[in-house]
Amino acid sequence: MGLFVMPSLGSDMESGTLAEWLIAPGDAVARGDVVAVVETQKGAIEIECFEAGTVQELKARPGAVLPVGAPMAVIQAEGEEAPAARPGSGPEPAAAGQPALTQETVPSAPAMPRASAVRASPAARARAAELGLDLGAVTGSGPGGAIVLADVEPGGMRDIGEPSSRLSEMRKAIAAAMTRSAQTIPHFFMSQTMDMQGAIDFLAGRNEKAPPAERILLGAVLLRAAAVATQKVKTMNGHYTDGAFQPAGQVNPGLAVSLRGGGLVAPALADVPSMTLDETMAAMRDVVSRARAGRLKSSEMTRGTLTVSSLGATSGEVMAGVIFPPQVALIGIGAPQWRPWVAGDRIVPRQVITVTVAADHRVSGGRQTAKFLSEFETLISQPEAL
Amino acid sequence: MRALFLEELTRIAPDIDPAEVSDEDHLQDDLELDSMDVLNLVTALHLRLGISIPEADYTKIATTAAAVRYLSAAAGGE
Repeated sequence: MGLFVMPSLGSDMESGTLAEWLIAPGDAVARGDVVAVVETQKGAIEIECFEAGTVQELKARPGAVLPVGAPMAVIQAEGEEAPAARPGSGPEPAAAGQPALTQETVPSAPAMPRASAVRASPAARARAAELGLDLGAVTGSGPGGAIVLADVEPGGMRDIGEPSSRLSEMRKAIAAAMTRSAQTIPHFFMSQTMDMQGAIDFLAGRNEKAPPAERILLGAVLLRAAAVATQKVKTMNGHYTDGAFQPAGQVNPGLAVSLRGGGLVAPALADVPSMTLDETMAAMRDVVSRARAGRLKSSEMTRGTLTVSSLGATSGEVMAGVIFPPQVALIGIGAPQWRPWVAGDRIVPRQVITVTVAADHRVSGGRQTAKFLSEFETLISQPEAL
Repeated sequence: MRALFLEELTRIAPDIDPAEVSDEDHLQDDLELDSMDVLNLVTALHLRLGISIPEADYTKIATTAAAVRYLSAAAGGE
């Protein structure tokens, strides 16, 4: 019997609000299925299931604020016997010692209404749950008759200023994580400026013949180079938890994505060194557009083993960042700049970039970061091989 | 063409209110599109209009007014 609990989606997360169930009792679920949507300070996150099985019971109602570790559902693993009688009161060993639920929990509701029976937006569901409103009795004004927030607001839609308040919540979460990082991680920084002209020309030539859907951005080249170089430097890849460094088996770079208006999220791609450049670009495109739409997956929020923050085409020259705990390194990449460059015995105009590693001194030292920078420079000097 | 352009722009950047976009707003400097947004916009315009804007012409669609001129000319010239 598996207890499905509110996952931690980052070291700064304390609780989340269940916005929507995408499963109902009796449903079969596979590992990796999205089973629920949870509102966090970082936006709505799709929560994935960690094991295959059959949904026995939903323990939390949409709208409930649940601390990390609070039970959300009971999922019976494949091949397991269904519990005899007494639905909802079976053994729950994982619940021992878990924080108590805060509000609106339904410890043994035998028959939850199926979430998808009524078409309604997550915000409308959450507000209706807050108000104790039955969505079945509400007339929807949204697309296809879907119930939207305005339909459940008493007295019609008010200007609740949600986007700005969500952004300020996100800034608070970022501030908490970055303050903790600055106070607890002994950072040191090492930079190197490198010739990017070869990679820029290579991409321009490649993209000239490609339709827009197949074009590759410089950011994908930089992300792949960073991930491949990190494979050679184990002390930059992993987590520092419980007073010790836990190196990671594969390189899952988090990609810092700026959201309009000041938000920032860093969803992680899985095992970038095993991808081609085209696959890296496709994965970046997918994750950036979902970050903008506020629909990232729980695994993307948690699997990052280091972060890459690239300033893009028109921005500052150097980015010396703050490590995202519990990670131990952040690669900051400035925008390309035209500079005089010594090539052989001549001085030529070249576009160069400055790569800055912020590293955790508890885990690595100057020699390892220098090795990373040298690997990175070698990789971008042969862009066709990336 | 302007309505079509704004429709695709706000699909890429859902938090932009099309009513508040002026003809001279710069996509990157004023509307805060990054290189990924610009590429997604160019891809959407390619699918919608069959016009494949080369990278070298990105500066010619830097504002709504410029983009409408560019796209109208490209659509009429084909």
